[in-house]
Amino acid sequence: MRAMTYRGPYKVRVEEKPDPRIEHPNDAIVRVERAAICGSDLHLFHGMLPDTRIGHTFGHEFIGRVEEVGPSVRNISVGDRVMVPFNIFCGTCFFCARGLFSNCHNVNANATAVGGIYGYSHTAGGFDGGQAELVRVPFADVGPSVIPDGLHDEDALLLTDAFSTGYFGAQLGDISEGDAVVVFGAGPIGLAAARSAWLMGAARVIVVDHLSFRLEKAKEFAFAETVDFREHRDVVVALKKLTDGLGADVVIDAVGAEADGHLVQHVSSAKLKLQGGSPIALNWAIDSVRKGGRISVMGAYGPMFSAVKFGDAMNKGVTIRTNQAPVKRQWPRLIEHVQAGRISPRDMITHRIPLEHIAEGYHMVSAKLDGLVKAVILPPTS
Amino acid sequence: MPYTAAHPPVPSSDELRDRIPGWGADLDHADRPSVPQEIDALAETGAWWDEPERQKENAPRERSIEHERLPAVFGTAQPLHGLSGAIRRYAYARFSEARAAHWLLLIGADRVEAAGAHVRSLVTARPDNPVTQTGIAAEFRHAPVASRTGRVDMRHAWIDPLLVAGPWLAGGLGVFWVARRALRRR
Repeated sequence: MRAMTYRGPYKVRVEEKPDPRIEHPNDAIVRVERAAICGSDLHLFHGMLPDTRIGHTFGHEFIGRVEEVGPSVRNISVGDRVMVPFNIFCGTCFFCARGLFSNCHNVNANATAVGGIYGYSHTAGGFDGGQAELVRVPFADVGPSVIPDGLHDEDALLLTDAFSTGYFGAQLGDISEGDAVVVFGAGPIGLAAARSAWLMGAARVIVVDHLSFRLEKAKEFAFAETVDFREHRDVVVALKKLTDGLGADVVIDAVGAEADGHLVQHVSSAKLKLQGGSPIALNWAIDSVRKGGRISVMGAYGPMFSAVKFGDAMNKGVTIRTNQAPVKRQWPRLIEHVQAGRISPRDMITHRIPLEHIAEGYHMVSAKLDGLVKAVILPPTS
Repeated sequence: MPYTAAHPPVPSSDELRDRIPGWGADLDHADRPSVPQEIDALAETGAWWDEPERQKENAPRERSIEHERLPAVFGTAQPLHGLSGAIRRYAYARFSEARAAHWLLLIGADRVEAAGAHVRSLVTARPDNPVTQTGIAAEFRHAPVASRTGRVDMRHAWIDPLLVAGPWLAGGLGVFWVARRALRRR
């Protein structure tokens, strides 16, 4: 099959790889019809995530058609068109039994602090991902769902991570009617979190970024007020001014490990790998939330330490909630929202790129060229 | 504004309901699927087993020493091999995820493997190509100047070419140095 493969920091190519095989009775093989490049794939592309091996195929957002099922699979059949959550999970371990699908203990041999994720290095379990023609889907009775009639393929695709993660992030913010919500990052997760904040009754949604085309997207897609942090000597002061000196009730970090805005923090983490991630957005969140406020962290960070301003978080009595999204728990309600016309996740897509050109796609996402917000990958058979 | 007990003024809910499609649809926390994040009794997950069948371990599989045993299912992509494999095996066998040494060894092994893969590719029909594999050609068709105007990341963007091309230049200089010494000895 044709598949994207990692060749070292900042380098990927498409090559022939052996087709994936059924390796467990509850596996399925899915022929990918649409995949996507996630902002968090950049951490892999840039060589930031430990144990990213040469030849690894990235891609944790994909939909496709079931090509083969293992002997114990009951809930999906060959030919079904399925959406696959980025989490790989068993459904019955201590954590899955409590709804913490992203923390499944039965799928990641390499680490206990994170569950299994398709195409996200061996630190997330060593499973090849969906930027390929075919992909192995473990626990096929638990993860994938048949795409409901009437759900647009690209909406289904964006529910496999980006929109579900943003929606989950807004929930972790425990938003109540009348809250002022600040979202750091106007990428796909930030846009989804901002859009979701309104569903939960936010009275103000303010999105912060430094890329003007993404801030425009935040206005158009998420009806948000925007703050370009380049225009302020101190973005925390600017946000305090916007919230009458108190700070926002809820702040969502939708940036993570490659945050910009502080040269030393960015270079020491994203370039020199001396920190697990650049905590600029997280530190701004701590300082711009109100005392007693809530911070939801959706930005992905590496497993090493980061220079987080924890003293301010403690002194302000802030509640910090985090996790990788348990995607499948979001689907019934999110599909209702899509089908009722309340949200349209696919409106954030700006580029569609053939798999054969994925190296250029990665460069465009990394360099943020051409107004790219969200790139969909089209395998040759799609 | 004086510091009083009042919440800073915000638009009314009626105004927001008129302006924002779906505003307040999940106002009731009971409608939010991940509230609370951890729940006691989970609805149907699709799993019909109490404990999943175990995947066959056809070759020894490295695992975090924080795991009591190999999980029921594991990835089999890119098994350990060579020097990088030995470093990774040691990192997993010796250090928990709590130790910086664990992660630093794994990152080191990543670089060792990348260097070896680049060198090996030179004797294959498809050697690594830093132009096509970095996707740099996208620059010419996708507004490279306009896309970058005024961005704060331009202050450190000059580091990226060094990170990408630096190891190639260092490798090339190394080969040149070795070849020159060999020629002089003749």
